Amino acid sequence: MSSPSHGANTPRTYPSRPQAVYFYGTCLVDMFVPEAGMDAITLLEREGIRVIFPDNQTCCGQPAFTSGFPDEARRVVEAQLDLFPGNHPIVVPSGSCAGMIRWHWEKVCAGDPALKARAEAISARTYELAEFLLHVLGFNRKDEGPATTVTLHTSCSARREMGTHLVGRELLARLGNVTLAHHDHESECCGFGGTFSLKHPDVSTAMVSDKVASLKATGASQLVTADCGCMLNITQRAAREDQDAGRACASLPGEHLATFLLRRTGGSPCGDQK
Amino acid sequence: MSSPAQQSAGKPVAFVSAQALRARMHDAVNDPHLRQSFRGAMDFLMAKRAAQFPDQGELDSLRSLSESIRQYSLSKLPDLLEQLEANLTRNGVQVHWAETPEEANAIMLGIAQRHAARLIVKGKSMVSEEIEFNHAMEAAGVGALESDMGEYIVQLAGEKPSHIIMPAIHQTKQQIAKLFAEHIPGVDYTDNVDALIQIGRRVLREKFEVADIGLSGVNFAVAETGTLCLVENEGNGRMCTTVPKVHIAITGIEKVVEKLEHVAPLFSILTRSATGQAVSTYFNMISGPRRGEDKDGPEEVHLVLLDNGRSQAYADEQLRKTLQCIRCGACMNHCPVYTRIGGHAYGTTYPGPIGKIISPHMMGLEQTHLLPTASSLCGACGEVCPVKIPIPELLIRLRGEANSAPHANPAMVGQGAAYDPKISLLWKLWARLYARPATYRAFTWLATRFRALTPTQQSGWTAARTPLKPASRRLRDMVKDRR
Ligand code: SF4
Repeated sequence: MSSPSHGANTPRTYPSRPQAVYFYGTCLVDMFVPEAGMDAITLLEREGIRVIFPDNQTCCGQPAFTSGFPDEARRVVEAQLDLFPGNHPIVVPSGSCAGMIRWHWEKVCAGDPALKARAEAISARTYELAEFLLHVLGFNRKDEGPATTVTLHTSCSARREMGTHLVGRELLARLGNVTLAHHDHESECCGFGGTFSLKHPDVSTAMVSDKVASLKATGASQLVTADCGCMLNITQRAAREDQDAGRACASLPGEHLATFLLRRTGGSPCGDQK
Repeated sequence: MSSPAQQSAGKPVAFVSAQALRARMHDAVNDPHLRQSFRGAMDFLMAKRAAQFPDQGELDSLRSLSESIRQYSLSKLPDLLEQLEANLTRNGVQVHWAETPEEANAIMLGIAQRHAARLIVKGKSMVSEEIEFNHAMEAAGVGALESDMGEYIVQLAGEKPSHIIMPAIHQTKQQIAKLFAEHIPGVDYTDNVDALIQIGRRVLREKFEVADIGLSGVNFAVAETGTLCLVENEGNGRMCTTVPKVHIAITGIEKVVEKLEHVAPLFSILTRSATGQAVSTYFNMISGPRRGEDKDGPEEVHLVLLDNGRSQAYADEQLRKTLQCIRCGACMNHCPVYTRIGGHAYGTTYPGPIGKIISPHMMGLEQTHLLPTASSLCGACGEVCPVKIPIPELLIRLRGEANSAPHANPAMVGQGAAYDPKISLLWKLWARLYARPATYRAFTWLATRFRALTPTQQSGWTAARTPLKPASRRLRDMVKDRR
């Protein structure tokens, strides 16, 4: 199998609504944006799905894999293969971690046929949260929020590995009072790229600054994205620009799509309760 | 600390070269003029390409067909090269094999000297750039003149091409006007583009008539018929290959296809991906020197087939995919890194994504190991590549080749060039931490409880962003609390 970024634009077939799902939160959400994970779980449960959170989950192995340390990636992946003993779908609130599981776990396990077979069985039932909401659950709740304009960033992995670049748009389009403002160079990377942002700060900064400028130029009140890596990269760059310019309030606040959807449709995001 | 690979090279070249690359990248992103001109030019080329492929389904099937033609050709490469040589020889073309740039230049210099040549007029050829042909000839007292307008400009400026299809894309018309006025006798400053083109044409016309040898590249070499195909827009390629008495073509060993019918789909996807043209203005098919009754054409035709690291890529099933490339340049047009830094910052003949995956085979990883890291792996290149080279996957592979401890029988020259025992140890520790859920839980518990102690200087991240800070509670704590 090859990922859509290499041109296999085969549409994915989706299962019918399951009773339960495994929730793979990702290490970034676990430690840095737990509200996004919690709101995603709430959304799923509100749709009547039982959510199983395997407590032994850590990381999908992507940082080591993309940095060129496949053995280290395999060790971590191996430790994740026991997490999903049942046949339930696995839902991931991140296009890039979902892409890692769906396309690359089998590659890092390629040296061991038994391991590879287990990885493949997991890859086949791994879904990015947004595509699961739209295509499996047919998410379509009434928008209860006031009229607003938002802008959307879709991660490169969601776009090119998971092929879900239209999913976020469709979910937002189903909210009656929300207008989506498109930004220029929408399909371009925000410049995060994991260790790329650490190893090549000059180029990464140039990319994220351009992305922030494009997003702000829409005049939208906030950013919505289904990937926390991109979100932290973009909003913390914007926050730094605010800081440097002496602005007191955030010029480009952002939140995960799960949080946004939950609030708009009558739920209470866990970050709002404080 | 230097790896054995570096020690064998005498000195740690990699460090010096990586530092130079970083400096060039830094200067490029901080040059507003460069940023603006590349952004504008790349936007233009992306829009032109997109207009050629309104139907995603047609694009998908043409890409799949093109990929399979290139993979099929490579799967039979040794046989096809033999067949090509036999059929070209039968057609009267003299075939030469060169393993290194030095060998290729020596072969061509030999031909030039045999004909007492003083001037070689050149069509566009990236392989000639790869071997620094112009320098080699000039060092031996033979003139080499570029006749492609972009290449001519770059040559006047004493530069290298900054794009494989649009060599002078970094030059503004004002800069070109200045170059012409300074270097061409009797020319006054004008930044009228049409006037500039006419000046260039006039100068080059005269040269075609006096040149002893014409040099060209090759886009596709057809084994079954012994035909060299050349794609171009200015007609200078046709002039180079027909007017001078001797024509030398040079190309990499990977450019061969088996049958004439394999050329049509590749030609179509090449021009549409490269410049957004349905077809190029010229398509030349060269099948040998002038025959008895012919009114024009060279008396002698040579083909130089260059390896220069290609057989190293060929030997590895995954790295072999690098050789599928048909040099359309679409990967650089769509690359967010190339758009920010331009072509010169790379310091290699081939810039952009294709440059990152092919230069390590030509130059070794000691000099090039930083190139594959200069990518966010966004996948835009792989998405547009007409022959579906999985560029991000190859970048990851090259990172691994550079990072791993030097070992016996490496797949590449310079394997282990970026090996750093400290970094490797850090990744080993990382793997231990994340492969043991209990340890991971303890670590994240501490990191969130003691989040106030998070360092505020976070290497490249805080160069441009506010610091990352762990949340006060982890997702797993929230999940537990709620149940
Ligand atoms: S790698 Fe693909 S996109 Fe890039 S120049 Fe080669 S054929 Fe074109």
